[in-house]
Amino acid sequence: MYGLGVLKGLWVTIKNFTLSYFTRKRLTTVQYPEERITLSEHARTFPILVYDESPDKLRCVACEICAKECPPKCISIVRAQDEAGKPLKQPKFFDIDYSVCMNCGICEEVCPFDSIYMDRQFELSAYERSEEFLYTKDRLAKSAEYFSKIRPETAKKVEEKRKAKEK
Amino acid sequence: MNCPYLQNMDQQSTLDTQRLEVSLGPQHPSTHGVFQMDVVLDGEQVIRLKPVMGYLHRNHEKLMENMSWLACMPYTDRLDYFCALANNFSYALAVEKLAGIEVPERAQYLRVIMAELTRLINHIVLVGFLLNDLGAFFTPVLYAFREREKLLDLFEDVTGSRMMCNYFRFGGVKRDVPPDFILRVREIVNQFPKFLDELEELLTHNEILLSRCQNVGILPKALAVNAGITGPVLRASGIPYDIRKIDKYSIYGRFKFRVPVGEAGDVYDRYYVRILEMRESLQILEQAINEIPDGEVISKAGAQAAKMPRTLKVPKGDAYGRTEAPKGELGFYLVSDGSGKPYRYHVRAPSFINLTVLEDMCIGQKVADVIIILGSIDIVLGEVDR
Amino acid sequence: MLNTIDQIFIKAKQIILDILSPFLPEWMMILISIFIVIVTLCVFGPVVMMYLTLLERKFIGRMQNRYGPNRCGIFGLLQPLSDGIKMFTKEDIVPQKADPFAHFLGPITVIIPSLLVFSVIPFGRNMIPSDLSIGILFFFAVASTSTLWIFTAAWGSRNKFSLLGGMRAVAQMVSYEIPMLLSIVPALLVVGSFSTVAIVNAQEGLQWFVFTPWGLVGFILFFLTGVAEVNRCPFDLPEGESEIIAGFHTEYSGMKFALFYMAEYMNAFSVSALVTTVYLGGWQGPILPSWLWFFAKTFVLISIMMWFRGTFPRMRVDQLMGFAWRGLLPLAFINLLAAALWVHLSFPLNDILSFCILTVSVLMIYVANRKVAPKKRIYKYAYE
Repeated sequence: MYGLGVLKGLWVTIKNFTLSYFTRKRLTTVQYPEERITLSEHARTFPILVYDESPDKLRCVACEICAKECPPKCISIVRAQDEAGKPLKQPKFFDIDYSVCMNCGICEEVCPFDSIYMDRQFELSAYERSEEFLYTKDRLAKSAEYFSKIRPETAKKVEEKRKAKEK
Repeated sequence: MNCPYLQNMDQQSTLDTQRLEVSLGPQHPSTHGVFQMDVVLDGEQVIRLKPVMGYLHRNHEKLMENMSWLACMPYTDRLDYFCALANNFSYALAVEKLAGIEVPERAQYLRVIMAELTRLINHIVLVGFLLNDLGAFFTPVLYAFREREKLLDLFEDVTGSRMMCNYFRFGGVKRDVPPDFILRVREIVNQFPKFLDELEELLTHNEILLSRCQNVGILPKALAVNAGITGPVLRASGIPYDIRKIDKYSIYGRFKFRVPVGEAGDVYDRYYVRILEMRESLQILEQAINEIPDGEVISKAGAQAAKMPRTLKVPKGDAYGRTEAPKGELGFYLVSDGSGKPYRYHVRAPSFINLTVLEDMCIGQKVADVIIILGSIDIVLGEVDR
Repeated sequence: MLNTIDQIFIKAKQIILDILSPFLPEWMMILISIFIVIVTLCVFGPVVMMYLTLLERKFIGRMQNRYGPNRCGIFGLLQPLSDGIKMFTKEDIVPQKADPFAHFLGPITVIIPSLLVFSVIPFGRNMIPSDLSIGILFFFAVASTSTLWIFTAAWGSRNKFSLLGGMRAVAQMVSYEIPMLLSIVPALLVVGSFSTVAIVNAQEGLQWFVFTPWGLVGFILFFLTGVAEVNRCPFDLPEGESEIIAGFHTEYSGMKFALFYMAEYMNAFSVSALVTTVYLGGWQGPILPSWLWFFAKTFVLISIMMWFRGTFPRMRVDQLMGFAWRGLLPLAFINLLAAALWVHLSFPLNDILSFCILTVSVLMIYVANRKVAPKKRIYKYAYE
């Protein structure tokens, strides 16, 4: 019968209207700054550099694999040198331009030294993109505790692997 | 140009009415991105339409010629950003064909599950936005988004990202799924049909929708074939062409599913074929989660290629990998010269090729119909302009 | 006590006048008496409009499984105010090639008919700004002028989308005015007066016209055409944001846009109020004060409009016209006939006969329009 389909549609919307007062299933909004969804283990945003004890002891050895593999080429690394000009196994500069980074996570996959990992911090808005999104070594460096806090399972695996390597 | 109106145009020229040339887009609420249509109107009737593409051109294909094979993968996410995993799938198939990398059983199943979930996402979002184009005030879109959110949560758990998944690797997938994955997919398989029923109750028999969509934007069979249309748009015109059935790529040969086919080839058929396709996708998902074996998710060669992308040696030659992406046949044509990068990289983008018949479908229709015809083709500008 | 609450607004006005009367001459008192009513209406209109927007956003939000505005004040009650401040402080852009006079005139004048029609609406017992003997005619005569101003605005913008929207608005409003007027004639026929007060008085004590066969049909017809007349979903073609961006108000910003918006909501309110008056018994109702009954009924009708907006897609131009000319117009004529018979015959026979006539005619209209009605389809599967 002509007109029945229209009434059916009206029924669906009024059903949703009424049920939205009773079940969470029909009221899916998360009131963001107050309520937050727990992010999953592998949720990724931007890369960070993990250090073990103090920020100057980065795991990074400046091998530049990540810089080479990075699809948008947002990582730039300069290797540190000692007084004699001999290259050291640590970066002098390690800059990541967050405004260029495309959050693909390839750097974390290719890193052979478990140094670079993806953070889950997503509230990064800033007024100046050229300055405030250029993350230098100091701002990228995050402790191993921080890493094991955001991604406990991955951190556990990494620790086991590193211990096995040391032995 | 088989519009009866145009043939009479010369005889009526004594009436001397002015035609209205309107540029729909690039700043227009319903062009699904930065797409422009130069439309010539006579009253409300469209007598000429010229699509203007390229506002979102990002140099995708040329850019890839300077990337390592793996580094192209995250860029394919950005082609059709609603179905990143389907794009990954196509590209991975092409490279695997070229490099001769095997894919383990479990990875095959995971790929199929992910691709079918992507199809669900794409089709519900399409239905929602089609209704928005029809003038509904966001209700179907938000119902669609409510369900899509559940699937995206699943994607986030598995791949790490909600939309730009970058999950597939040559020879498998990036990482194994979390332990509760199968359970959650099963829940989706159980819950999704209920949502589809509700959506259909809201839409399918609504007389306003029916009268707006039926016999609008008819795409004849012959034209569809000649223009190389693929995907649901072609199937709505009555041709049962589905690459999952024809190529049986990956492990699609093992699953039992049907291919819904329309008859009239109008907007309504394109809408309804997609609804039916979602129901078939759920069938595939159900079979896949019942049969999925344990084991490796990436082959040895693949794991090495993922860990050290520079070591991936792709022999000279060319390959064409294609899948039935939600929007149609998505193909990647790759030429390798033996170095670590693609020598030539070409995307056969289904939205772009389906868009070529827009003018033929729109002529003689009303302005309001142009918008829904465009919506029913299901384009994503990221893929059209690349 | 009940009577006091019922007449509270009248009393309030009387008190103000009583306070002023010792100081002012009599001719001044008459002016002030009129002035109070006008000011009340001019304040009441925009405030109703502001809170209707909030109500609509909340209502549709819940339909779409979200909260709707809830950040400004409790339950978002300050949202309309903050919207208003935003509208006031926005830049007023006039396109370079626009006709500045017509562009300016459109939004200013479009609000006038929306405010004027309030003057014949009986908001409660004795609560009518002016009881014209031709109230209904006045309503239609004034309300139909808004078409002109909408077209002025559309033409003055010199934008193709505006022009399309304006054309649609004229075509739609002119063609829906006919079934709208015809759908109200049965009520006038039964009452024998154009006065809105007389119509309400005729529906004393739950004898609402909607409970008669012709009244039900008339109510549905009048409500549907009313929805079309005020350009609301599913007949919101003049604005059709998915097709022609914003239709006739594409080129308006800031307060000028807000005026269009205000006119739209005030029209929606006044049409609902008139439907209430003519078919739902106006302020008639047991126990509760009369004005509360009136507003309750009106808000139910407005909620139905919002419900429509949350559910339906938009119709197309030709279908919209077809709906008016093929469906609503013949039914309105037959309804007139049924009402005439109803008046002429006595109790059990009149209801039965008019009911039969209307049922048959609805079926006949349905059969006659079978060709244009959409059909259900059966789909085939390949590779079964």
